[in-house]
Order: sequence, then structure tokens, then C-alpha cells
Amino acid sequence: MKFTKTLAAAAAMGFALAGSAFAQDPVKVGFIYVGPVGDLGWSYQHDQGRLAIEAEYGDAVETTYVESVPEGADAERVMSQMARSGVDIIFSTSFGYMDPTINVAENFPDVRFEHATGYKRADNVSTYSARFYEGRAVIGLIAGRMTETNKIGYIASFPIPEVVRGINAAYLAAKSVNPDVEFKIVWAYTWFDPGKEADAANALIEQGVDVIMQHTDSPAALTIAEEKGIYAFGQASDMLQFGPNARLSSIIDDWDPYYIERVGAVIDGTWESTDTWDGIGAGMVGIGAFNDAIPADVQAEAQAAIDAIAAGTLHPFTGPINKQDGTPWLAEGEVADDGTLAGMSFYVEGIDGDLPN
Amino acid sequence: MDFSSLSPVAMIVLLIGAATPILLAALGELVVEKSGVLNLGVEGMMIIGAVTGFIVATTTGSPILGLVGAAVGGAVVSMLFAFLTQYLLSNHVATGLALTLFGLGLASLMGSSYNGIKPPRMARLEVEGLSDLPIVGKLFFSHDPVIYFSVALVVAVWYFLNRTRAGLVLRACGENHDAAHSLGYNVQLIRFGAIMFGGACAGLGGAYVSLVRVPQWTEGMTAGVGWIALAIVVFASWKPWRVILGAYMFGGITILQLSLQALGISISGAYLSMTPYIVTIVVLVIMSADRKRASINAPACLGKSFHASH
Repeated sequence: MKFTKTLAAAAAMGFALAGSAFAQDPVKVGFIYVGPVGDLGWSYQHDQGRLAIEAEYGDAVETTYVESVPEGADAERVMSQMARSGVDIIFSTSFGYMDPTINVAENFPDVRFEHATGYKRADNVSTYSARFYEGRAVIGLIAGRMTETNKIGYIASFPIPEVVRGINAAYLAAKSVNPDVEFKIVWAYTWFDPGKEADAANALIEQGVDVIMQHTDSPAALTIAEEKGIYAFGQASDMLQFGPNARLSSIIDDWDPYYIERVGAVIDGTWESTDTWDGIGAGMVGIGAFNDAIPADVQAEAQAAIDAIAAGTLHPFTGPINKQDGTPWLAEGEVADDGTLAGMSFYVEGIDGDLPN
Repeated sequence: MDFSSLSPVAMIVLLIGAATPILLAALGELVVEKSGVLNLGVEGMMIIGAVTGFIVATTTGSPILGLVGAAVGGAVVSMLFAFLTQYLLSNHVATGLALTLFGLGLASLMGSSYNGIKPPRMARLEVEGLSDLPIVGKLFFSHDPVIYFSVALVVAVWYFLNRTRAGLVLRACGENHDAAHSLGYNVQLIRFGAIMFGGACAGLGGAYVSLVRVPQWTEGMTAGVGWIALAIVVFASWKPWRVILGAYMFGGITILQLSLQALGISISGAYLSMTPYIVTIVVLVIMSADRKRASINAPACLGKSFHASH
């Protein structure tokens, strides 16, 4: 599988870049995606950002992308090849591309790199991520209000801080409006495998779950939710078409403004290594339209939460919060600092089960 | 820990659903390999089946026609492989890998305008009275038609290979193609037919994913099932009844680990996710440890090109 993907990636690179290697003028922008562009989720949204760059700058830019690049050594090869072919800036759009990005960046000091959701930076490597936990808190609140069995299913991908943070934020918000709520978490150990995600959704429904949240990329769980008559949320993109009745709302990644700004900086020659972590307020995280099945007062409550988070008056991690083992983490009124959030590797109190490591 | 909410019946129903795509694809590949051809393009044929099945089903509104379309689609792309390997004598392994790459690319192209569409639902075959029986009803009388078909196909493939003259001829091509040729059999044509059967089965397996298991089309949605099917054939030492055992075991472990997690059992999910693959590897190692047995089971001419002038 890996081998074939590498072949595909290498072949795609060859075709994509061979024709453009000698042109000088336009700024060349490369993207690598972990899934297929057609996943209608994570990779799709990054590709929308790529298209937004093209729309914004027209002939001044040239973009290229390679999809379904496995995390690890294959990513390193693809990025090296991109860099060699004269790309000015590379967006590597998955957490697992972190070390490959740093390695390639060392070999190509003149190429700028933008790594999504990671924490390792260099003079020519920026990192950027969205405060998805803000969005998770909003949909967690809706989930807590909408569940009748008080059991919320959560299909998680890998136990990395990004995912753990989302689970905690969603749980705290759900718990705050529904003290009886219980989270059932299934680790799928994949970002994209519709079959497995559907099986996980079915297994959760068997356990009495009536609202499903997910941190995997395909719309499979939403499709199953629609079929079984329970609720779920759109992930990364709106996904309304996959479950018009089941979809309560969605958490949307909007990379367009950031990508336009960063490529603009390359064009102007003002690009420098930065660390960006924007949320609902900056528009990097969007919340999809509410389903009519959500009662008006809950819609108002969720909207108030969105507004407060956007305005900075509400932080999803505000004390008192204890860690899962009961040790205090945040005191009354204390707000989590970004450092702790960025490396979050513990469940908050009330979540059952052990966090895999 | 409370196990009472873990319903074995519900889990078996889920595991059959997870195993059926693997079963169908592996069964097809078994026949292909029995004829002496190693087709590593299962994943590519499955994804083509998934997309053609989806397109036909949504266009006609009939899931059954969708399945037929998927089988035809899988068979058609497999003909490409058959032509290259049987008449142009290309290398089986390289051509099979190319078929997978080609299939994945072609499927994304074909399916690009079918994202987010809902396919018509496949009705379950319910038998008045029987389907309502406790346990037995859910276990045996409430599945979709493909599941019954896949089980029947296991029996049919076994019967064909072991109890019919045509099956004997097909196996002869796989064991010693020169001998089969000298007896007057058209080795290339027989293998061509076997490859098409394999393609049709893989296509059907792919359509089961896109029409029943997930009901949607997304790129790359078979996500490696084809490779597992290939491993299951070796695991089964080229015996149809062991293919069903292997496929159900693989599906079972997958479902078990997801269900245990949903139940809140704290076994590291990483290990559970690895389990199906580890079990497959272990069995493969055990089976290949005994060289004599392995060589008896594997078709002697597996993966070898045949040319009549030899």
C-alpha cells in the first residue's frame, strides 16, 4: 500500500512539475495532503485553500499538490522533490509530516515551509493550526443538550494532543449543560478509512450512543447516523449532503484567509517564520448552520457560546478543572495556557477509559 | 466491567458486514491464483467496482443493478491485466501493482461528481416468521442478499474447483501449465476467464463497501481491503472454506476491538488495531514454516507466464 502510494506520488510529482520547472516569474506554491482531495473533509478543505490562493493572485502564483501522501519517509521524498523543482513555499498539511518537514527544510534553506498542526519550527518553517477545540466546545454543548440516552460516541483517530484536546473540550462543554453525560471513545487509529469509521459508528450505536462526534476525516459516521436515525456532526467541511437529518451542525476548517496572507507575504518578500493558532474569532474555525431539530433555546445557547468564544470572553478550558486521576489542573477561574493545551496528553476528570499512549 | 451491554448477536451481524468485502475479493483471487496467475491488482479492481456499482445504482435506482454493474466494471478492468499478462507476457507482480494504481486513479476520476450522493438502500432479505425469532432470526434471516450470495459462492467455488472437470482443468493450468497445454487446453484463455472472474468478485466486494457497508462514495474508500484479501488467500492455503474462516476472523477481530473500546474496556487500542494484521502474519509464518505443506498447497505455476513455444 505504502509502496504503491509512493509510486503514485512520485509519478504525480513528475507530471505536475515537469512542465513548470523553468518558469521564473510566478511564486510557486506546493501542497501535500494526507488524504485524497475528494475526502470532502480535511484534505478537501486544504485544497479549497489552495484554490483560494489561485483565485486571489491569479497568474502571480502557480500551485501544485500531491494527495494521499503517507506520513513519514514518503512525505520527505515528495517534499524534497517539490523543493528541488523550484517551489517557493510548501504547505505540509498533516501532523505526521512534522519531522519530514523539518528534515527537508534543513536541506532547502531557501524554500519556506508551513506545517499544519505541528510544534517544531525553524527559520524557514512556520507552524499554523486552528483552535479546533473552540469549535469542539460548541458542538459538544449541542451534543450534551441533544442526547437522550446521555451517551455520546466519539470516534477518535490517533492519541495526539490535537485529538485529546478536542475530546476534553467537547466533554467539558457537554458536561456543563448535562451533568449525566457519558463519553464513549473509540480510537480508530486511522485518519481515513470509511469502512472502519462506519464499523466504529455501528459499534457505538450498539452501546446506546445517540449522538456521534468524530475526529476522523470521512463522512462515513454521518452516513451511518442518518441511516440509524441518530445525530452526528460534519467534520472539517459542512457535510450536510451526507446526513440532512442527522447532521446537527459542523465544525469547519477555513484555511483560505491564512493561506492567502502567507502566500501574499512570499510575493511581497515579507515572509518570516511564525506560529499561528487562530480560532473562531479569526474565522479559521467555522460552525456550520444549525439543524432545525435543535430547539431554539439550545440554538441560542450555542450561538451565545460561539459569540463569547469569538470575543475572547469565554475560554473552553476555564477552571476549576481536574485531570482524570483527580489531581487539580486549573483553579477556579483560571484559564489554560497555550503551552499546556499544545501538548495536552491527559483526559479531564469524568472521562472513562485510559488514554492510549 | 459490565459486559452485559455487549451483544454477541449484534457483533456477529457487524462482523459479517465487515468481512463480506474481504471474502468476495479473496474468493475471486483464490480462483485466479489456482489458475496460476498472481494478480496484485485486487485493491484497484475493488475500488473500480465500488465506483461503478455506486454510479449504476444511483443512476438506475436499483442496488441489484449496481452490484451487477460493479461485477462488470471489475471484470472489465481485470481484462486489461489479463491481456497484458497472458498475451503480452508482462510480469504478473508489476502489472498487478500497476492495475491497483490505475484503478485508484480511474475511480477518483469517475466518481468525482458522485461525492455526497445517497445510493438507494439494499433491502434485507427477511423471511416472514423466521426473521423475528430471537437470536436465530437476527443471525441467519436478516441479512442483505450479498451476504447469502457470498456464502453460496464459497460453496460454489469449492464445488467447481474440486468436483467438476472444468475446475480440474483450471487447477491443472495452475499446477503445470505445460502439461495442461500439451493435453490441448488453451491455458491463456482459461487464465483469462479466471482473471475476469476474480475481477468480478473484487468489483462486487468493492460495491459492497460503497453500497451497503458505508453507503456513500468517497475516494480511496476501500482503504486497503484488497491487500488484506490477498493475504487471506495465502492464509487460507488456497482452500475456499478457509477463506471464509479467515475473512470472518479478520472481520471479527476488527469489530471486537471497536466494540470493546465502545464498551470502555481499557486495552490499548493500538494493540487491538494491530491484532488482525498480527494474526494474519503469524498464521502466514506458521504455514510457510513447513516448506512441504506450503509447496503442496500453493499452485506450482503461480505467477509464471505461459508461452506455448516453451
